[in-house]
Amino acid sequence: MLDVRGLNKVYEGSGRRVEAVRDLTFTVDAGELVCLVGPSGCGKTTLLKCMGGLLTPTGGEVLLEGRKVSGPPPGMAFVFQEYGRSLFPWMRVAQNVELPLKQKDVSRSRRPELVADALQSVGLADAADAYPWQLSGGMQQRVAIARALAYEPQVLLMDEPFAAVDAQTRADLEDLVRGLWRERGITILFVTHDIDEAVYLGERVIVLSASPTVVQEQLKVDLPDERDQLHTRVAPRFAELRTHVYEQIQAAKRGTPQDAVKADTPPPH
Amino acid sequence: MRGTNAALGAAGLTAFLALGEAVPRLGIVREAYFPPTSRIASAFADELSDDAFWTALGDTLTGWALGLTIAASAGIVAGVLLSVVPYLRQATASTIEFLRPIPSVALIPLAVLLYGTELRSVLLLVVYASFWQVLIQTLYGVQDVDPVAEETARSYGLGTWARIRHVLWPTALPYVMTGIRLAAAVALILAITAELVIGAPGLGARIAVAQNSQAVPEMYALIVVTGILGLLINVGARTVERRALAWHQSVRGEVAV
Repeated sequence: MLDVRGLNKVYEGSGRRVEAVRDLTFTVDAGELVCLVGPSGCGKTTLLKCMGGLLTPTGGEVLLEGRKVSGPPPGMAFVFQEYGRSLFPWMRVAQNVELPLKQKDVSRSRRPELVADALQSVGLADAADAYPWQLSGGMQQRVAIARALAYEPQVLLMDEPFAAVDAQTRADLEDLVRGLWRERGITILFVTHDIDEAVYLGERVIVLSASPTVVQEQLKVDLPDERDQLHTRVAPRFAELRTHVYEQIQAAKRGTPQDAVKADTPPPH
Repeated sequence: MRGTNAALGAAGLTAFLALGEAVPRLGIVREAYFPPTSRIASAFADELSDDAFWTALGDTLTGWALGLTIAASAGIVAGVLLSVVPYLRQATASTIEFLRPIPSVALIPLAVLLYGTELRSVLLLVVYASFWQVLIQTLYGVQDVDPVAEETARSYGLGTWARIRHVLWPTALPYVMTGIRLAAAVALILAITAELVIGAPGLGARIAVAQNSQAVPEMYALIVVTGILGLLINVGARTVERRALAWHQSVRGEVAV
């Protein structure tokens, strides 16, 4: 579904050359929910923007269903961390959700259905006529998610979407994303710096190294499909997995790969 | 609090008018040059019943409105173009900085040479003065586009035109509104100046005539009219601004979240 091959991104400007991403190769299968974690400043956002066609990689390529991404592809939707700035304050909630549909040439009669359905899925059916700034932070991020859902993407890219909301809201939103993923079968690539969040949400966790970034490890999360905040997070397996990811991230920070890069092998029980 | 402010404002204005009545009556200034408030008020009433006054008012407002419309449209279009087309802004920055400080009144001889005492003379001056106000504000506003909003728009496939319409324009609008409000005030000043100095028909020309014919109270009455015009224009511009920017932080006030 989504292929990242030898991705490399170098920022050059004012005499400084920064290699943000060195060499990244991984794939995301259709219908998968993959979490990307890495130490802070490891180029997660750069990677995601390259994948979304917002940045042009210096080397390598990103393929969506076999086609090279050279600009924002119509089958992808992006959810940003800064929901307050990503939603347009001059438009009401429903208008915010509808705008991308107009650009996508969705028919006039179909648009209200999609908007209502998306708002319904995120639990904001009655906020359609509000302005985003009249809503709480968590609700604003729900609007941004609804906007992405209404766009009917094959792939949803989420860039640390819950980094700016409080812990309780965050737990609710995590369950919302997992629920939507199971319900709609969208492919989701979820970037986060929160190890617990990555393990709780993902079917697979890709651990990135410190900048310049390579893939440190890929890890299959063998937790049951039914997850909930109360039980999953105290399960012994959850603790093992998060400890493993944590160790990998620490190793990544020190710059020493702890083990050789293994593909999709869960650590032993 | 609001009621108190209004009462104080009214009291202040009454005191000012009373002072204007008392000072000439007491002989502190010569009545011939500075008529008491009551005589200005009666001259004002006479003006209101004179058709020629209404024609002059219409001429002034025509020059003001036409000039402002042209300047605002040109300023907005130029501002957006300069920002959207790469390198254009850098290339024009020095020229703008050179042209902008030229006082519009310095163009009066040029206006007379080109158009004599026609409306077009007034328009030239009004447009020149107001254009920069709108252009500069538009340029500032367009720069204020939030990178996250811009990237959001791009990620959802909005093309250049759609991004101008849905992101750049709403972002710039608060600045543009400020520019237009400033331009509206400047446009009135220049319209009256042009009429006064060039003799193009309008309130300014009527003030000049009143002065030449020693009709001092009438002259003051006309000056009062220009003051009221300025006041109304400012109030009108602010109302439009509040309506158009109901979503903006400066207008929406505190929100319960």
